[in-house]
Amino acid sequence: MTALAALQLLAFLAVILALAKPLGVYMARVYESRPGGLDCVLGPVERFLYRISGVNAGDEMDWKRYATAMLVFNLAGWLALYALMRLQGTLPANPQHLPAVNPLLDFNTAISFVTNTNWQNYSGERTMSYLTQMLGLAVQNFLSAASGMAVLVALIRGFARRSATTVGNFWVDTVRGTLYILLPLSLVFALALVSQGVVQTFSAYKKVALLEPVTVTEPRLDAAGAPVKDAKGNPVTEKVTVIEQTLALGPAASQIAIKQLGTNGGGFFNVNSAHPFENPTPLSDFLELVAILLLPAALCLTLGEMVRDRRQGWAILAAMVAIFVVFAVFDIASEQAGNPLLTRLGVDQRPSATQGGGNMEGKEVRFGPVASALWATATTAASNGSVNAMHDSFTPLGGLVPMALMQIGEVVFGGVGSGLYGMLAFVIVAVFIAGLMVGRTPEYLGKKIGSFEMKMASLVILVPPVVVLLGTALAVATAAGRAATANPGAHGFSEILYAFSSAANNNGSAFAGLSGNTPFYNFTLGLAMFFGRFWTKVPILAIAGSLAAKKMTPAGAGTLATHTPLFVVLLVGTVLLVAALTFLPALALGPIVEHLQMLAMAR
Amino acid sequence: MGSQLRPALVLVVALHVLMGLVYPLAVTGIAQVVWPAKAGGSLVVVDGRPCGSRLIGQPFSAPGYFWGRPSATSPVPYDASASSGSNLGPTNPALLDLVRTRIATLRAADPSLTGPIPIDLVTASASGLDPDISVGAALVQVPRVARARGMREASVRTLVETREVAPTLGLLGEPRVNVLLLNLALDGTGTGGRSGVRRPGV
Repeated sequence: MTALAALQLLAFLAVILALAKPLGVYMARVYESRPGGLDCVLGPVERFLYRISGVNAGDEMDWKRYATAMLVFNLAGWLALYALMRLQGTLPANPQHLPAVNPLLDFNTAISFVTNTNWQNYSGERTMSYLTQMLGLAVQNFLSAASGMAVLVALIRGFARRSATTVGNFWVDTVRGTLYILLPLSLVFALALVSQGVVQTFSAYKKVALLEPVTVTEPRLDAAGAPVKDAKGNPVTEKVTVIEQTLALGPAASQIAIKQLGTNGGGFFNVNSAHPFENPTPLSDFLELVAILLLPAALCLTLGEMVRDRRQGWAILAAMVAIFVVFAVFDIASEQAGNPLLTRLGVDQRPSATQGGGNMEGKEVRFGPVASALWATATTAASNGSVNAMHDSFTPLGGLVPMALMQIGEVVFGGVGSGLYGMLAFVIVAVFIAGLMVGRTPEYLGKKIGSFEMKMASLVILVPPVVVLLGTALAVATAAGRAATANPGAHGFSEILYAFSSAANNNGSAFAGLSGNTPFYNFTLGLAMFFGRFWTKVPILAIAGSLAAKKMTPAGAGTLATHTPLFVVLLVGTVLLVAALTFLPALALGPIVEHLQMLAMAR
Repeated sequence: MGSQLRPALVLVVALHVLMGLVYPLAVTGIAQVVWPAKAGGSLVVVDGRPCGSRLIGQPFSAPGYFWGRPSATSPVPYDASASSGSNLGPTNPALLDLVRTRIATLRAADPSLTGPIPIDLVTASASGLDPDISVGAALVQVPRVARARGMREASVRTLVETREVAPTLGLLGEPRVNVLLLNLALDGTGTGGRSGVRRPGV
């Protein structure tokens, strides 16, 4: 890893940490319904929304009502998105006249966006109308993020309240999170992106002249669009001279802003943030990178504010940063080192004053190996899943990093809301383990951890890995699962393992060679996303309800301090140990064996 | 659950209107007023005719033009209505064969090119639309372009150097050259509007 690469990583972390504190404090004010500065503008909108929907903002819910509201809201969102994709052919703002999305792909995509996953079995510019993108996909980017944050805030209230029966009001938390946090940040960020060259227009795709026409060989098609074959059964080809290029456009900036801020990650275009119209400059890349980790980092400090002990928020943030830095350094080093198999062919992969060098297959020159590897780490540490380079073409160890970060359970920053509530499940397990090891009372933030909380936390931690491993096993055991891989050998297995790791942990990035738009993958990955999201959210709310009812126990001699470096180490150890025990065998069959094969081939 | 239905349905509809219509239309309105060219795709206009976007690469194979990154869009390279990477894994024999072929093509077009070739010139970009190549990848093509155009190598090299884009703030991104703008400059159309120059390979 070069010094310049280290400097990029440091600059990135410095910006995140500098912004996290003021934003974290602001978000605490939003969720505690205290004035935060935007009330004169957005207050009337908020009150209007409550009035038309019949919500009494002072009405508190117990955890079961809160969970029901969350599920009903998400179901309604899923239905709206499903309908929009089925009907897009007959609706306006569809200048390319794209037809209805097929039902199974629609099923998968609607779950994908409602669960904050944004796994994409389709190509945006070829499948989704402008209306579907902005009124369907982008809206779910807002709502899934807001509902993730709402569940987190309910859990924080569980820790903060004493002998209470309620954890807040889901409608109020969702509306306030959307209006006061996501909307203003997105508006500013979207405009910053346009200033860099991200497109934002409703005009149809534009045809421009090529400077040098290009001749390609294409299969000849008959009137029905089927390939014509000659007497021997070989496809007939013809030479075609192409003199124009069609530029796909659309209202992209407004969607990309929330896609990054809400840890959604679904690209407007097929290649996501590698597309020059989604991510045109190194500066837009840096801003998008900051946006990926910004809210998950700041929410740690929101926790500290809301439980009136800021050190607790910093301790959890420290654990996340520690894991992140190790993975980022490893990934940048792997991608900068390049592919030894290509060096032998006579290419120059060394970083120098005239080139970024490194493993450039599937990467853009303006980003190079450093910004690409840094992005791969951030997008999988957070459950964002947008990509600015093709992970499928990373070196074996470079590709192991994003895979492992998802398998850790999306708790190193993780999704907005979901990352921190997942991490708090690990905190519960960590204090329990400390209790077993050194005889401390298992408690956190003054609340005693009982067997109910432990059971629920175990569910949160174990459901995603079970779905990942069962799904992968099913796919490799069936012809339909195996047929979709694009690369041979161990790398093909990695493509499948990556897909289920991504879906069940609601990340959404892919080893994109896998042809996911098949009935098998649309269905199985759709279910994986559903279980990974809701079978963790409901147990978290159950913990929230159970904790809220408990009394505050004053810290005693047997209390383990949870703001110390020692606890940070314990927490990091718990997170990494669970992931290693669960996934090392699977990783050994994929990226690790491919790395060894590559070294053998390069000798 | 019944009491939750009304808030769920009304809020879903209201938030669709707010986040799905009001918000993107507001962004579009501001963008079209403040940055109309950028919001519309950063088009390059020569003689009143759009001849590309400065953000989107184009395919080049004539010896008198600088070549860009190999593109994985199929079947037409640099198809900006169907972005795509190759998704070939690092040990896939198909990747190694492709790189071998690309190196052979470069060396055949310029027999004086015997040294190592910058990696970005023989590997497919992530988008299939990469507008840039590294400065190194431009410099190794200077002898070929100069010979094909009957120009002095030094003047072609100067043209490359004046078009070099350095990392932002010396830190972000990599040193690079925009291939379409460089080739337009070679033709004399990108700098001052001189048109009707010869277009090699056409």
